[in-house]
Amino acid sequence: MDLKNISLEECLKLLKKKKISSKELTAFYLKEAEANKDLNAYISLNSDNAIKSAEESDKRISTNTSRPLEGIPIAIKDLFCTKDISTTAASKMLNDFKPTYESTVTQNLWDAGAILLGKTNLDEFAMGSSNETSFFGASINPWSKDNKKYVPGGSSGGSAAAVSGNIAIAATGTDTGGSIRQPASYCGIVGLKPTYGRCSRWGIVSFASSLDQAGPMTKTVNDAALMLDVMAGYDKKDSTSANLEKTNFYKNLKNNKKLRIGIPKQYKNDQLNDEIIKLWDLGIEYFKKNNCEIVEIDLPHTEYALATYYIISSAEASSNLARYDGIRYGLRNNSENINDLYEQTRSDGFGEEVKRRIMIGTYVLSAGYYDAYYLKAQKVRSKIINDFKKAFEKVDIIFTPTAPSDAFEEGSKIDDPIQMYLNDVFTVPVSLAGLPAISIPMGLSSNDLPLGFQIIGKSFDEDSVLSAAKIIEENANFKKEVG
Amino acid sequence: MQNLKDWETVIGLEIHAQIISKSKLFSGASTNFGSEPNTQVSLVDAAMPGMLPVINKDCVEQAIKTGLGLNAQINKRSVFDRKNYFYPDLPQGYQISQFTQPIIGEGSIEIDLKDGSSKKIGITRLHLEQDAGKSIHDLEPNKSYIDLNRSGVALMEIVSEPDIRSAEEAQEYVKKLRSILRYIGTCDGNMEEGSLRCDVNISVRKKGEELGTRSEIKNVNSIKSIGQAVDYEFKRQTEIINSGGKIDQETRLFDEKKGETRAMRTKEEAHDYRYFPDPDLPPLEIKDDWINQIKKKLPELPDVKKEKLIKEHKISSYEAAILVSDKNNVEFFDKIINENKKRNPKNIANWIIGDLFSLLNKNNLEIKNSPVKAEDLGGLIDLIEDSTISGKIAKNVFEEMFKTKKKAKDIIEKKGLKQITSTDEIENIIDKVLNNNKDKVEEYKSGKEKLFGYFVGQVMQETKGTANPGIVNEILKKKLAN
Repeated sequence: MDLKNISLEECLKLLKKKKISSKELTAFYLKEAEANKDLNAYISLNSDNAIKSAEESDKRISTNTSRPLEGIPIAIKDLFCTKDISTTAASKMLNDFKPTYESTVTQNLWDAGAILLGKTNLDEFAMGSSNETSFFGASINPWSKDNKKYVPGGSSGGSAAAVSGNIAIAATGTDTGGSIRQPASYCGIVGLKPTYGRCSRWGIVSFASSLDQAGPMTKTVNDAALMLDVMAGYDKKDSTSANLEKTNFYKNLKNNKKLRIGIPKQYKNDQLNDEIIKLWDLGIEYFKKNNCEIVEIDLPHTEYALATYYIISSAEASSNLARYDGIRYGLRNNSENINDLYEQTRSDGFGEEVKRRIMIGTYVLSAGYYDAYYLKAQKVRSKIINDFKKAFEKVDIIFTPTAPSDAFEEGSKIDDPIQMYLNDVFTVPVSLAGLPAISIPMGLSSNDLPLGFQIIGKSFDEDSVLSAAKIIEENANFKKEVG
Repeated sequence: MQNLKDWETVIGLEIHAQIISKSKLFSGASTNFGSEPNTQVSLVDAAMPGMLPVINKDCVEQAIKTGLGLNAQINKRSVFDRKNYFYPDLPQGYQISQFTQPIIGEGSIEIDLKDGSSKKIGITRLHLEQDAGKSIHDLEPNKSYIDLNRSGVALMEIVSEPDIRSAEEAQEYVKKLRSILRYIGTCDGNMEEGSLRCDVNISVRKKGEELGTRSEIKNVNSIKSIGQAVDYEFKRQTEIINSGGKIDQETRLFDEKKGETRAMRTKEEAHDYRYFPDPDLPPLEIKDDWINQIKKKLPELPDVKKEKLIKEHKISSYEAAILVSDKNNVEFFDKIINENKKRNPKNIANWIIGDLFSLLNKNNLEIKNSPVKAEDLGGLIDLIEDSTISGKIAKNVFEEMFKTKKKAKDIIEKKGLKQITSTDEIENIIDKVLNNNKDKVEEYKSGKEKLFGYFVGQVMQETKGTANPGIVNEILKKKLAN
């Protein structure tokens, strides 16, 4: 049996039929994770506990008391706090940090029978688009070849690499400006950012509170729905969590939903290369073939989204990261005087990109600059939200590329923040509007690297997003050809 | 030297009042005062990674109650902001507060002044915010300690208009505000424990001129200190201006021991707090229904109670004002009256405001800890009214009650202080006195009538003051006329 290229959905069936045990499955993935250490996808593995949990799952399966994800070994982005298990946010600051509490989303997963394989690599505090800002070194895109190292994207690059490299069946990610979708695109997997408020943020190390959202990273659309069903839900500990009736994304999935598909004219710009445009047109054909209507839409404030995003996310980050001060937990570089202690701890504990964002954020909130930057960005954000609202009067979903390019080589952009930030150009408008969006693999670039496309939905209409993704998935028939 | 009478002080007060609530503003941790350090701390209060604030409904209700007590606008929509600064006892690196859109808008309170006048002081706003923890620097020479028990406790910051013009007005404002908070049960008003803290914004100007530059005086933590700080600043600022100087806009610290203020930081050194709306908390929406429910539950406010006291019990406005200034005073008074409606309200008020307050003050006690309970004072007053003891003896008995916590009846019995009203008994004593002072009786009869007082004194001495003075006078007059 090929346990390697297996989806979560298939695993559940095999476990249920007792064709495999959770212990075998978990041991296999732990072994694969060890064998593929060069991918640097994991910051830590949960070897001993995972096997114990798998044995318990097997007991439940044998007594027919299985839960929805019983016995499935998954990877968790190391931004989710896990009780008594090191949670680093890929930062030197939290290198030795072990929370005494479990994040709501991961607790939901464990309560459903999922098993923690390990904690995956990410850009430090989820700030980055290439995984290269991790204190533990960048994770590698499993599609790398010819002795070249390609980035897996970021910030959830470790999770994307783990799923794509077949060292996890599924993983969690978090998305602030594209951190699930862009690495999913680069690694040729499915990555879903749910609507803001769909999954609780409690226990996830905060980057930008008004944008952060957890979501699944999986091999298939069905798997994403299965994961989201467990991850989502109202949490009174998160005041921004949406109090909605529980739904079932997996059951609601259709592969023949007639949808009105919006194509935003602003996204088809000169910088976009031909192969992406070609694939885009191909995707449009798939929808047409499925009796979907194609509508050109107008998102006039698109060009301001990137600047708006970097102002708002950095402002929030500058404040959210103030708690890492060396006083109560995490790194402390002692000093005689409190200001020196702060300075030395934070200079040493944070990497360059994190410091850059803290400085941008502090600047845009400062007296005299607040109106020109932060306040203006908030106004533009409202306009962007409004753009989408108007567009969604005419269409059910919006179809765009996920990123303007395929994966790039490690080291090629890390010294040029602007080039790096441009990776997020298609994903950040969605984040600012808090909408659900998925990245679904469509094909390969001329460089034989995956290219993903983004499907955006109305607020809390993940059902349409998943159904549209299903159309692409079945038509594109994207197969992973590495590993 | 110019005449200081040409100058006036312009004062605005910022009061931080700790809300009475079981748990903190954004976490479930308890708010017990005086617990072991760092035992009342939740993950949220310690700002652990990924922890999020959730508003405590009880604290919001307390703020609304207070707003109603201050005749203020309740804002149906308010916003929480982050005030960013680094300090070891501020775990999040920011304080959650309300900056541009507070929960309570404009209101006012009325204060009573010594000269019998009253004055309305405007309230600009009231907003909700978190308290910080405590830094302890004096346990070890080279270390500081942090206690986070207070971290996250709910505060109301109540900002007055710059309507206050003197130390007396400032003090009366704080007293009145404190009394309202205590009446409605939203803050215990305890300044020593820090549950009510006061910052004084003060400037001086020549009457009728533009506002001067203000100083903000921090750490003014008693009614007495407020008076001292205002007086000190008035003197300091007028002296600087009169000698040709200029007032700097600065934050100053009040030194309780010296009764002085000293510079803490100037405007240039002021923090840039980088306020922005807290993205973890949606705007706070309050529905009319809720406000109306709270209104119905609101207890009687001091001004209303004062009018009632004057109308129902015919006591003076002055007496009523003193009684209502503290909820405990009124409760003490009401208890005595309600126990026996025949008791004279005026006498009760006099006993409370006079003898009881004077002994409480001398012993640094509050009325709620008075050794003489309301029912005991009521008992004493009854014994005066039914002539068991005289008013004069009663004062001694009261002191004894205060000292020993015994009841009046027991003290009187034990010490034989019961008034002698039997004419036979008094006549016997008078005969004895007159017999022993035959020469003086002769002098009296030959016209030295001043000696009457002497005879009364002798009788009183003989009875240890317990003889009924009216009866003594009557019999003595009769005897001496023979």
